[in-house]
Amino acid sequence: METDPQAITRLLIDTLAANPRVTREITAETVIVDDLALDSLAVMNFVMEIEDRLDVSVPLDRLAEIRTIGDLAGCLAELAGQR
Amino acid sequence: MSASVLAKFAGLAEQRRVLLGGGRDPFGVVFEHALSATEAVVDGRKVTLFGSNNYLGLNHDPECLRAAAEAARSEGTGTTGSRIANGTYGLHAELEAELAAFFGRRSCMVFTTGYQANLGMLSVLAGKDDVLLLDADSHASIYDASRLSQAQVIRFRHNDPDDLDRRLRRIGEIPGSKLVVVEGIYSMLGDAAPLAEFVEVKRRAGAALLVDEAHSFGVLGEHGRGLAEAAGVEADVEFVVGTFSKSLGSIGGYCVSDAEGFDILRVACRPYMFTASAPPSVIASTRAALARIARDPGLRQRLWENARRFYGGLENTGFRLGPRVSPIVAARMPDVPTAVAFWNALLDRGIYVNLTLPPATPDGQPLLRCSVTASHEVAQIDAAVAGFAAVAAALRLSLAAPSPAAG
Repeated sequence: METDPQAITRLLIDTLAANPRVTREITAETVIVDDLALDSLAVMNFVMEIEDRLDVSVPLDRLAEIRTIGDLAGCLAELAGQR
Repeated sequence: MSASVLAKFAGLAEQRRVLLGGGRDPFGVVFEHALSATEAVVDGRKVTLFGSNNYLGLNHDPECLRAAAEAARSEGTGTTGSRIANGTYGLHAELEAELAAFFGRRSCMVFTTGYQANLGMLSVLAGKDDVLLLDADSHASIYDASRLSQAQVIRFRHNDPDDLDRRLRRIGEIPGSKLVVVEGIYSMLGDAAPLAEFVEVKRRAGAALLVDEAHSFGVLGEHGRGLAEAAGVEADVEFVVGTFSKSLGSIGGYCVSDAEGFDILRVACRPYMFTASAPPSVIASTRAALARIARDPGLRQRLWENARRFYGGLENTGFRLGPRVSPIVAARMPDVPTAVAFWNALLDRGIYVNLTLPPATPDGQPLLRCSVTASHEVAQIDAAVAGFAAVAAALRLSLAAPSPAAG
């Protein structure tokens, strides 16, 4: 299972780029809610998609602290590394 | 100073301005007078209520009204105290005993609102070392409760026992406990949880299960005890939470359980301890409504007849609805402007329904969420279906071809 933050960042960016609602360029510094104009539900649903790919569950209390794509990749890498 | 404090709501304020473009404020309707379980006055005109959650119509039941009035006269308008101080009257204790008996459970705690029942139970049951597992489409009170709890919170796909199973496996062995939360009937689309499958999954994982029967109490099950009764799995549901503000016609909430030592929660559960208890009139009418539900299954039969008639009527007209017949009938709208225009046009015709918008709705789709009551007359239901059809035609909403079962 993927545990490298860079590779996970790539996966996040590619997945978001495939979403027709997301039109702007995405980097590790992109702020998920503000820059992508996703509501809280859309963010949770997006994370759910990624969770299945990496076989992890991101607790909602952790998700609340995450702002950028890079933060999310770091959190996912850490959870995947614990497996 | 105050402007900067509210600056974070600029986006929400803009969304709201768009909503108001349709004429009325969908989230600020004033019911000038409530006339009956199915009618009220809005803008000086009589409207039929198809968005009240008043499933059994008991908020205008003569016995419930009499019980409320008598209790107010004899016991006062409010208790002015919390359950752990001066706010537990004989009425509260009697209602708890009656609810426990109705469910065949050992214990019951009564809360001042249904929201507080979820807030209180989830936050007190799921502590620091525990994991709370929530269905993705859970009500706001469940999400808010998860933030008040100290537990790790994991969200699983809506009504998906396999996804819950995967997530429970990922957690593995932990020192604390696991609590799974699902709802009997989901308030947006009216769909029910596959409870028997969830029970199997949670048993394998050694997790506890809490079912919120807010919309299913008095609606599902041979005796009206909700989805757990209908699915035949009550013994595997450790905690049932519910509300008085739907089929019981008042306001308040409860949790019933067989858990040993349950009563310790009365001095640990903050949303129970630190708010005033429900007034005597509310508790008295709730007791009368509970007694009525227990002795009159005809109410539930009428509710379902009405639900089938309304759901069938809209389905035959070509609306896209929730997955199955239920007292909650949600018509899917293609986009927010259409939903707002449709909602306003229905109210112009004297039909009130709930406008529900993402992110409160699943799948990011706006809904015209309707609820049916046992008190609706057949003529009111048929008029509402005709109103939906007329508005769809006026707005040129594309509908599915009428089904052959029409009529």
